[in-house]
Amino acid sequence: MELEKFKLGATNLKQKDIEAGKVLSIRQTPDLEYAWDNGVAIGRYLKELKEGRIIARKCNKCGRVMIPPRMFCELCFRPTDEWVYCKDTGTVNTFSICHINWDASRIPEGMPPHLPAVIEIDGASPGTGILHLLGEVEPEKIKIGMRVKAVWKKPEEREGSITDIMYFKPLRNPSKSGTGSKRRS
Amino acid sequence: MGQKVAIVGAGITKFVRRAQETGKELAWQAAKMALDSCELTLDDIESVSCGTAPDAFDGVHEKGEYLSDGCGGWRKPYMRQFVGGGTGVFAPIHGWLHVASGMFDTCLVVCAEKMSSCHPHPQGAFKTIFDHTTEQPLDPTLVWIFAMEYNRYMTTYGIDKRDIALVSVKNKKNAMDHPAAQLPMEITVDDVLNSEVLAWPVNRLDISPTSDGAAAIVLAGEHAAKRITDKPVWIEGVGWNLDSAYWASRDLAYPRYVEKAARMAYDMAGIREPKKEIEIAEPYDPFTYKELHHMEGLLLADRGEAPQLLVDGVTQRDGARPMCPSGGALGVGNPIAATGLMKTIEIFLQLRGEAGKRQVPGSPRCGLAQAWGDLMQVGTVVVLKR
Repeated sequence: MELEKFKLGATNLKQKDIEAGKVLSIRQTPDLEYAWDNGVAIGRYLKELKEGRIIARKCNKCGRVMIPPRMFCELCFRPTDEWVYCKDTGTVNTFSICHINWDASRIPEGMPPHLPAVIEIDGASPGTGILHLLGEVEPEKIKIGMRVKAVWKKPEEREGSITDIMYFKPLRNPSKSGTGSKRRS
Repeated sequence: MGQKVAIVGAGITKFVRRAQETGKELAWQAAKMALDSCELTLDDIESVSCGTAPDAFDGVHEKGEYLSDGCGGWRKPYMRQFVGGGTGVFAPIHGWLHVASGMFDTCLVVCAEKMSSCHPHPQGAFKTIFDHTTEQPLDPTLVWIFAMEYNRYMTTYGIDKRDIALVSVKNKKNAMDHPAAQLPMEITVDDVLNSEVLAWPVNRLDISPTSDGAAAIVLAGEHAAKRITDKPVWIEGVGWNLDSAYWASRDLAYPRYVEKAARMAYDMAGIREPKKEIEIAEPYDPFTYKELHHMEGLLLADRGEAPQLLVDGVTQRDGARPMCPSGGALGVGNPIAATGLMKTIEIFLQLRGEAGKRQVPGSPRCGLAQAWGDLMQVGTVVVLKR
């Protein structure tokens, strides 16, 4: 068989026909609301964020200090053992300079781009990162391996959310310069 | 295993930005073409597998049930499978499980996707795959993960963005010969680098489009396959593997889960030297860098070396190791679940010598298709031989 010998299905609707209202469709916006319970491990993680601290959970079998914390070690498949406070500093593992919003709409001209990054948190096992944002930095000056520190909301504004950290900013006088972990499987 | 399994027929719709047809109409078109291609009817089919990605695209809950009549699933043993973007290559694996087990002699495998129903853009639906408590409050877009993985890969190995852009140039050009293609075009590296920056280092032309479309194959057990066709293409190896969903703690420079899936498939197929034995491949390429990243995970290139093979022309259709001769997700389009099955179909056609203008020289005997998905940590691999 060759694809070229068949009449292939699917009819591409033309943008001008859609705009001219020639394409009939049913539109609906489902109005659903969810309340996601935080659970045991993330509940404590968020409570500590409200206090301006980052907490991890340690498995004494493999020795990993895990963030976000979890009540079971997915590798050893046993309960984790203890809570461990991390620092609110870390190293940029990778980053992006993003000009679109979550719904793919473009950030208006003149507005700053989003600066998402994976940040390896000091005190957690090497290579253990979280998703967060960078701030107080020129986008073109961001480098993988850059040392950063959390910028917290004021205590009275914190609500027990990952956004209690507004973003991470470059450490002015880095005590040590990291290069990001280089791990091989 | 109960029995060997072959692909004996294939069908596909065009991949388009927004199809007039519903998902089930697309599924029907691909399924009917697959049956026609090997002169079977639905009565010859003993089991049906459906692959389709997040329900949130279509806004249809239990999409497997919704698509089931278009897939030919009524009054049959019917099952939907879903591993995100990896679904399209899990499809032949899922069908293989049905037939290799000896439970069935035939299985119709259908993948359909209608992403255009989600407004204003299906990217919005992707937000919900991030962790609802620790990540969604940061308003992520899925492009973030790709952009950051691209950056980590590029920086770790000191790769030039120009070399990565070449994937888009190659694949969109290859797609000019694919009758289902949505974005076939002849472009230059500069066109890619000068296209709109979405999330640096990802530009508009680094990214595959959102698409509507469907694809289908017919699988048959050893004896049935030989009755149905003179040119069965055998599924010699299957592999799939899932890595940690804590994606920010993974090694983003190297897709270990793809390597694990590939090794599983190679072991089963008796492949010891994939660089020599895999003559043609369709690694999953929803983004430019992913074709290279995946070639390395598939052990078809050393770590950080895939870009050089591309620059040297090795992965062109007339090169020693053609990659994405179909045009891939970047050129043919990316209706998530259907994409991986489109790739499987391309290898099926190439091994049969029936790929038309896309046919690679040298009558290849062994090839593979691969896809990737879930929270960017599932690898699915199928090795085919004639």
